[in-house]
Amino acid sequence: MSQHNRDYSLTGRDAQRAVETGLASAEWYHTDVPRKAMKEMMKRKDGPAIRDTVIWLGSMIVLAGIGVALWPSWWSAPFFLAYGVLYGSATDSRWHECGHGTAFKTRWMNDVVYQIASFMIMRNPVTWRWSHTRHHTDTIIVGLDPEIVFMRPPELARILLNFFGVIDAFNAMSAMLRNAFGIISAEERTFVPDTEQPKVIFIARVWFAIYAAVIALAISTGSILPLMLVGLPRLYGAWHHVMTGLLQHGGLAENVIDHRLNSRTVYMNPLSRFIYWNMNYHVEHHMFPMIPYHALPELHALIKDDLPAPNTSILDGYREMWPAVLRQLRYEDYFVRRELPPTAKPYKAEYHQLAPSMLAAA
Amino acid sequence: MSQWVEACGAGDIEEEDLIRFDHGGKTYAVYRSPNDEYFATDGLCTHEKVHLEGGLVMDYVIECPKHNGRFDYRTGEALAAPVCVNLNTYPVKVEAGRVFIKIG
Ligand code: FES
Repeated sequence: MSQHNRDYSLTGRDAQRAVETGLASAEWYHTDVPRKAMKEMMKRKDGPAIRDTVIWLGSMIVLAGIGVALWPSWWSAPFFLAYGVLYGSATDSRWHECGHGTAFKTRWMNDVVYQIASFMIMRNPVTWRWSHTRHHTDTIIVGLDPEIVFMRPPELARILLNFFGVIDAFNAMSAMLRNAFGIISAEERTFVPDTEQPKVIFIARVWFAIYAAVIALAISTGSILPLMLVGLPRLYGAWHHVMTGLLQHGGLAENVIDHRLNSRTVYMNPLSRFIYWNMNYHVEHHMFPMIPYHALPELHALIKDDLPAPNTSILDGYREMWPAVLRQLRYEDYFVRRELPPTAKPYKAEYHQLAPSMLAAA
Repeated sequence: MSQWVEACGAGDIEEEDLIRFDHGGKTYAVYRSPNDEYFATDGLCTHEKVHLEGGLVMDYVIECPKHNGRFDYRTGEALAAPVCVNLNTYPVKVEAGRVFIKIG
């Protein structure tokens, strides 16, 4: 059975169909982990995230300082490029971890970093908290998950433009303006509760004021330097979070309820793992979102025998994903079915009786 | 009519932890605080009906394992998004090393 003309809209035909076929808010597969080990790994700590935040923000201040001092010489470029990655990419994972509330033990620290990161990555902290909640309930379920990047057939031009944040930033600015004028879209209404919508509008107005001030400063000084520090790094520094983020689910199954089939764990170099805050352990994160980023390597070691073999590097991940994505241009139903090791519990047929993409692969 | 029902032994729950207790077609969560007190709430999170048994107890807070929503398990109060609706709580007593909750 093939599923042509997927409708990824949250208010469309496939949303309705996912509810009817039991894919919405379904019971997902979890590897068995002893409660004692889980409790140990779930424990919250401030130390690792304080250390990482000091390095992250400290580096941004130093790099921005040198960049500004050398401006407008081209010698400032490498410093801005590095600053841009910390602004336009490292904030993706900070937004994510602090949104889950697991990065720090102390609540207000999570909240402060969440607000800062949300601003830089241009995701309204209220809207995106709820969209990400839905992403975890209905991961890569067509019509329900608002965070599917590789819709089929994949729009490659859009994805390539997003390496420079072009589409994301445009959408973010449009949403900010719309929200600042008090309008919540029909899609946003499907996952943001009524009681939270005034907060969406408030944040959008605060951000609007900040961007207006930065633009006014740029105009009054006759220089784009203020925008090189605020706003534009979301474009010129986006590439790393797109590079790592595409690997999370790209080329894998849709409409399944086992994260081993729709998520990808990839071993990465230490620098990328710092920027990405260990989200390369993505199957593990989706299966157990309670585990803080700093404990994900431990969780991975504990459950890896029940998971498909991880990709050994970013390059290895792309070697698997990219041909699959290209094939999806012609065959929408194609996906990579990841093999399990003999030690793993098999994919359960009954979990996927209603999943068209699994049937397509059978 | 409400009645006291034996849920577990006092030692069956570790300090700062919870266990699941099913009775009469309903499911509950029974907690032991870091100060050795016992509490009980409905077992299912009010957000998407996921059982709280896999969650994390921190002081007097239970964090849901699905989306990290938080409740004060003494009062059932919803503390952090995405939970917006409070949990029901139940009276608890400990007698002769057994934990009883009042339900019905
Ligand atoms: S199911 Fe508990 S927070 Fe969502």
